[in-house]
Amino acid sequence: MKAIRILGRSIRDSFKSVFRNFALSLASISCIVITLIVVSISIILTYNVNNFATLVEKDVTIVVFLDTDVTDDEIRDIEEDINKLSNIETCTFQSKTEIASDMMESSSELKAILEQYTDETNPLQDTFKVKVTDIEKIKDVADAIKEMDKVSVVKYGEDMIEQLVSVFDIVKNVSIGMVIALILVTAFLISNTIKITIFSRRRQIEIMRLVGASNLNIRIPFIIEGFFLGALGSIIPIVATCYGYTALYDNFDGQLFSPFIKLIEPSPFIYQISLLLLVIGVMVGMIGSALAVRKHLKI
Amino acid sequence: MSLIRIIDANKKYPNGVTAVYDVSLSINKGEFVFIIGSTGCGKSTLVKMIYREVKPTSGKILVGGVDVAKLRNSRVYKIRRKIGVVYQDFKLLNQSTVYENVAFALEVLGLPKSEIHPKVLKALDLVGLKGKVKQYPNQLSGGEQQRVAIARAIVNGPKILICDEPTGNLDEKTSFEIMKVLEEINKLGTTVIMVTHDHEIVEKMQKRVIRLDAGRLLKDYSEGTYQNESN
Ligand SMILES: Nc1ncnc2c1ncn2[C@@H]1O[C@H](COP(=O)(O)OP(=O)(O)OP(=O)(O)O)[C@@H](O)[C@H]1O
Ligand SMILES: [Mg+2]
Repeated sequence: MKAIRILGRSIRDSFKSVFRNFALSLASISCIVITLIVVSISIILTYNVNNFATLVEKDVTIVVFLDTDVTDDEIRDIEEDINKLSNIETCTFQSKTEIASDMMESSSELKAILEQYTDETNPLQDTFKVKVTDIEKIKDVADAIKEMDKVSVVKYGEDMIEQLVSVFDIVKNVSIGMVIALILVTAFLISNTIKITIFSRRRQIEIMRLVGASNLNIRIPFIIEGFFLGALGSIIPIVATCYGYTALYDNFDGQLFSPFIKLIEPSPFIYQISLLLLVIGVMVGMIGSALAVRKHLKI
Repeated sequence: MSLIRIIDANKKYPNGVTAVYDVSLSINKGEFVFIIGSTGCGKSTLVKMIYREVKPTSGKILVGGVDVAKLRNSRVYKIRRKIGVVYQDFKLLNQSTVYENVAFALEVLGLPKSEIHPKVLKALDLVGLKGKVKQYPNQLSGGEQQRVAIARAIVNGPKILICDEPTGNLDEKTSFEIMKVLEEINKLGTTVIMVTHDHEIVEKMQKRVIRLDAGRLLKDYSEGTYQNESN
């Protein structure tokens, strides 16, 4: 009963003090807003880059065209050789007849052209479609396959893939670096702002000690206040994230530069980020207050 | 048995200043005691040891049989609930009303509203401020602010009231009004310890007087024996 009353009063007092010390509250809230916006942008960036990378990795295929005079035995040998290479996920064979029938299905013009050929005169080539596990080493695999007998051409989006992979890496590293740096800076800012807030109220702390409030009792209102500041500070970033990301997604039609690079769908992504931002904001506020008030308690 | 017993207390601050040197004394329940002495002689340090704002370097400080010198920092609040403290600078919350300032002392203890209300009104009545409950401290005179501080110190019904120069910022007339309030509180059974520079008050009140000099107990005048020896 007593504990509930103390908690209730703490909530009331922290609410009051957020408004009574509005200028300082605003400073703390602004710090939290800035941190959370940075955190939000970084999360969106890293998650999307990761998403691109997985999509790319899933999609990238090495197409191996075999010589036209290749025999069934040789095809089997080549398949075996490819599967012996490291970094191979799947290797599927497609005969020129299959390809021809696929093509004929896909368009009537192609059908008209291809119908003039028999199986023997088919101008297409037998192919292997190879997927790799590690996209960064795709070049090694392609080079190894090129060396094999009866392989005429090996194709994959060489330049594009390599550039993309290195761009992804750069974006990932830069955004992680940025997040760490900015979180450190803002954490410092927040703890200082809260320290100023609490310094301005050391009289209140002193009086509480004087009239016999226990240390926990003194701390609770400040921790709750930190909670409020964190929650208030997360409103703008959450709204910005939800509207901003949805707008971005709609604006680009869910894809970036090419249908190849898809953005993560807003729902439930934005709600997950919002929850994360709220949790981070509240934690930063509470921990910041708890640490800052500690200095004024003789423990 | 005495309510407060100080046995061979010493206080040496970290900067090397010895503020209290081998002081022993005891104060009985219901006494009114003045502590006097020149600036920097250790008066504040001595009373701070009683409510455990300062820990003695050596010696015992028994309050109601408990050695507060041995009290862990996290347990200090227990002794604070038994001792009311009043300062020269009032230490009020300027953003709270008179009523809220006094009620604050009970709220942090988790008392229900129904108990807080009559206690606060009783305390404010005792210090003569019943008509000003809704005012803010900066709307009050110095004497009135000090009464609020006294009301806050006694609202919890402490056994001991410690006042460190409560009249230091007040004019003569107001000071005597405050003394009347303190005397009244003492008559109701609270032990009052008051640090002061004001010889006129001490002379007029004719209570027990403890004189310190350079951290040592120079003289302990029993009730009614004090004469101003400094002039
Ligand atoms: N926190 C502290 N740290 C270091 N030295 C202190 C501290 N508090 C007091 N002192 C020193 O201890 C001595 C006694 O101080 P104290 O405040 O007890 O004196 P006082 O008798 O109350 O003086 P005044 O009449 O001016 O209030 C002084 O020399 C003072 O400088
Ligand atoms: Mg003093």
